[in-house]
Order: sequence, then structure tokens, then C-alpha cells
Amino acid sequence: MENWIIYILNGLYFASFLFLTSLGLSIILGVMGILNLAHGSLFAIGAFMAAWIVGAFGAKAPITIFVIALLAALGVSGLMGLLLETSIIRPMYQRALEYQLLITFGALLLIEDLIKMTWGGTAYYASKPFDIMGNLVIGNNQYPLYFLFVILITIMAGIGVWFIMSKTRIGIMLRAISMDREMARAMGIRIRKLNTLAFGMGAALAGLAGALIVPTTPALLGIGMEPLIMAFIVVVLGGLGSLKGALVGALIVGETRSIGIVFFPEIELPLLFLIAVIILVSKPQGLFGR
Amino acid sequence: MGLKDTFLIPRFLIYVGIFIFLLFMPKLLPTYQLMLMESGITFAIMGLGFNLLLRYTGLLSFGHGALFATGAYAVGMMGEYFPDLYRIEIVIPISLAASLIVSAIFGFICVRHTRIFFSILALALSMVLFALLVKLYNITGGSDGIHIDLPMMFGKSFEGMKRFEFLSGAYYYFLIGIFAACTIIMLVIVSSPFGKALQSIRDNEERAEMIGIRVRRYRWYAFVLSGLYTGLGGALWSFVNGHVSPEIAEWVFSGEIVYMTLLGGFMVFEGPIIGAILFTYLKLYAVSITQYWMFIIGATLIVLVLLLPEGITGGFVKLFAKLKRGEATGAV
Repeated sequence: MENWIIYILNGLYFASFLFLTSLGLSIILGVMGILNLAHGSLFAIGAFMAAWIVGAFGAKAPITIFVIALLAALGVSGLMGLLLETSIIRPMYQRALEYQLLITFGALLLIEDLIKMTWGGTAYYASKPFDIMGNLVIGNNQYPLYFLFVILITIMAGIGVWFIMSKTRIGIMLRAISMDREMARAMGIRIRKLNTLAFGMGAALAGLAGALIVPTTPALLGIGMEPLIMAFIVVVLGGLGSLKGALVGALIVGETRSIGIVFFPEIELPLLFLIAVIILVSKPQGLFGR
Repeated sequence: MGLKDTFLIPRFLIYVGIFIFLLFMPKLLPTYQLMLMESGITFAIMGLGFNLLLRYTGLLSFGHGALFATGAYAVGMMGEYFPDLYRIEIVIPISLAASLIVSAIFGFICVRHTRIFFSILALALSMVLFALLVKLYNITGGSDGIHIDLPMMFGKSFEGMKRFEFLSGAYYYFLIGIFAACTIIMLVIVSSPFGKALQSIRDNEERAEMIGIRVRRYRWYAFVLSGLYTGLGGALWSFVNGHVSPEIAEWVFSGEIVYMTLLGGFMVFEGPIIGAILFTYLKLYAVSITQYWMFIIGATLIVLVLLLPEGITGGFVKLFAKLKRGEATGAV
């Protein structure tokens, strides 16, 4: 029984990353209709930024520095997102799907090498915050408090995004754009500005997720690839552009992974895809798709 | 256009000219350049298949790397586990069969969606294969991959021969023979009623359904055909490369496939062929001058999408049309 609590908590922890990453992807996909293949690279920027800050300044007060690092990662990835949107994504809205995908693929290659140029090809370690927070004892098992910290941050971020999307003027305008672009434009909504904002927001969320992962794994080149693929599955499962979908999709994928790793570690990923396929064959729009 | 007319048009005469030129290639190019050329030709075979899906069916797959890997790994595993049957005339059909199975499964799932979801699904499925190739290391050699030995070819053994001798000799002619056959078969496919049906699905799905085309079924067929070409490309490539590793199943390689096709220009039948060969040289050049080759490839890709979206062949077609119009107005 106690083991199961651990599995489920681990699943929640996985789900937190997936939720943060796929939330950004889902916002961009929903508002702009663009699948951002460079999303994983924005995740990686966040990871490197946070790991670098914690490694360089985190000797004395790791937790405070780590919180600063989280904000810095959020900021840098967000800025990178703004830059990407205004420079290369913007001319793509009217173009065919192939071009939209390819331009973000080009951005992905570019950013991967930019990371290599900035931080070199070496790994960055930032396990201090993880070590310092210690463990929670559940029966005979120990559960790292850091995992709970991640879950907490994710819940906060999720509530923040939900609040922005459903209660503020900007959020309502963003949803209007995702429902009907032409009509939103006709109503006088400034689409260009809001597109940039939405892209920046999605990118910042990816950066936050990247920063949260570095206390448990070192920041390496290509660190953003797996989260990107997982986020795709979450988005496909949950349905396009839906906050609820991203949450439920992330929970399904996270828990499946956590339990799958324990019982059949070799086929944990194929199992996930099997679930995705079953859901898609029976409900092609995803669980909460329109 | 009937089949007979297809073979009489000037395009076909140009093909014959190029084929004859290719026959003399080993005399003209240094061995190393020839090997690059061969690698480009295997990509070109794949590009033909890829474009059947993109240009003629309107589906953009971001997971063709997995199908390429299927063909290549089929060769590698045959060499590993069935050395007695390691003859090129047996290995190639077997890797075709493997590609058939994998692309039938992938296609069955993917064609339930179109547009962006099709791309995501193809990508996600290709990552399953990638994960399996890495994790089942007992069978697949894990991230180290499998070494490809020189195969027997029509009863002739090449044991003790250096790979470059093999590649610049018999294998080269075998390769361009297959390449020529593939090009002609694909030309026949796209101008056949089947190919026209695919194009009608691409242009208007509902109308195609109304005139009795089974849309999903036809998309599936197109996916499988495309997968066969891609797998064949992978199998042939494995002999040139001498080694297969899981990177070719990863989606970054799938992205490169899309890039090649776009570079050559996917609106022209021959575009992917030109793109594939050019890409091979471009990538090698970028890798040789800097460790930041991804930066160069990414930057050229972005420039290409922004400035030359029809690719090289598309650009030429446009230029040609412009010149013609210029002449016409000049005459008046």
C-alpha cells in the first residue's frame, strides 16, 4: 500500500513536468495553430540557465538562489520565445503547415547549437536544492521533498494560467483568437501583439519546466527532446488547446510512466503509445478536444 | 496522359541522358565523392517515397526516419542472425517486407488524422521505434547499433574486399539500376488513376469521398507505398554507410528528410531527388567546416522557408516562367 502511494506521488511528479511543458505547447498550438518543434529547446534553455545559476552562485543559500534561477529561466526562455515569434514565426501564419513545422524545426537546430555555443558541450549539475530539501518518510519509504516542491510550483503555475485564460481580458481575447481568428480580428483584437504574448507565455512555461528538472538530472545537450515528445503525446491525448486536456493528459501519461517503470521498465514508452492509440482510435479529437 | 505518352515526353529523354551520365560516374568522381553520391541516391529513393505522401497526398510525415531505420535494421539483423541468407537478393526483399509491416501499422494509425495531428502521430510512433531500438539492446545492439558486412551479391562473394572497392564497383551499378527503376515506377504511380485519386483527396477530401474514393484506405495505401520506398532507401543506405545506429529512427533525422524534400522543392516530381543529393553534400560540408553544423543547417532552413519556399527546382520553374513572360512582353 505504501509503495503504491510512492508510485502515485512519483506519477504526480512526472505529470507536473508534462503539464508545464505541454501547457506551453498547447497554448501556442491553440492560439496560433502552430506546432512548435523548438519547444523542447526552450525547455533546454531554461534547464541550462537554472543549472548554471545554481552552480555558479548557489553555494551559500541554494534555495533562495534556486528560486531566483527559476525566475531567470522563465525570463530567458520567455524572451527567446518573443524573439522567435517576432523574427521568424510571424511571417508563417498565412503559410502552409509544412512551412510552419519546418521553420520551428530550423529554430530547434539553431537553438541547440546556440546552447552549445553559450554553455559549451559539458554537463551542468545543480543537485544542491534537491539534497538540501531532504526526504519525507512514508512508512518504510522515503519521498524527496523536492518532488512535492515541483508539484506545488506546477499547481501554482497551473492556477496562474487558468486565471489569466479565464478571468482576465487578455485571456478572453486569446481564447477568442483560438476560436475564430477572423472574427477576433474583426472585433478589433490586436492579433499580432497577442500572438507574441501567447508565444512568450508558452516559451516561459517551457523554461520553467526545464529549470525544475535540473536538480534531479544534469543539464545536457538534447535534454529537451524527450519532454517534447512526451508533451506531444499529452497534447494529442488531451485534445488541442485545452487546459483541462493538458492536465488530464499529463496525469494519464505521468501515472502510466511511474507505474510502468516499476512493473515493465523495458516497454514503458510503447505502453504509453498504446494507450494514446486506443484513445485516438476511439476518440480522434482527444479527450477534451473540440 | 497515358503510359505511352509518358515515355515519349522530353522529360523521359533527359532521364535517359542522366542515367547514361550516372553510368560513367565511377570514372569521373574520386571514390570518396562517389560514396557521397551513393548515399545521396539512397536518400533520393526515400525522397521519392516521401513526396508521394507530401506532394501527392498532402500528408506531412515527421516520422519517416523510423521507416528508413526499419529497412536499414532489417539488413543489419539479417547479417547478424542469418549469415547464411546474407545475400543482397534475399536481404532486400526481406527489408521491404519489414518496411511493409511497419509502415502498414504506422499508416493504419496515422491516417486517422490529417494535417498537424498526422505529423505528430507519425513523429510519436517513430519515437516508439527509436525507444525500442535503444532499449532492446540484446537484439538491436542498443545505441551502438549494428555493423553491416558486405553481402553476397548474386552468388558472388566480396569477402576480404574493402568497402570502397565494393561501393565503387558492382554495388554502384546495382544501386543506380534500382534508383532508375524506382523513379520510373513512381512516375507511373503518380500518373496512374491511383495517383490521380490521391491528388483529388489532397485537393478536396469531401468531393473525393463523394465520387466514391475510399479516402482513408487510399491514404493508407499511399503511406505504405511511401514506407516501402523509404525502407528500400534505408536498406541500400546501410550498405553504403557500413553501420546502422538508432539515430536514423530519431525524429531529428525525420526532420532532415522533410528538409531535403523542401530544399529540392516538393512541387516538382524530381525535386526531392535533387534535394537529397544536395543535402548530402551540404551537410557534409557544414560538418567539415564547423562543429556548429546544426546552426548552419538550421539557418539555411529558415532562410529557405522565408525566401525560397518552392525549393531549388520551384525557384527555377518560377524564374523560367518569368523569363518566358519577359521575352513575350519584349517582343511586343
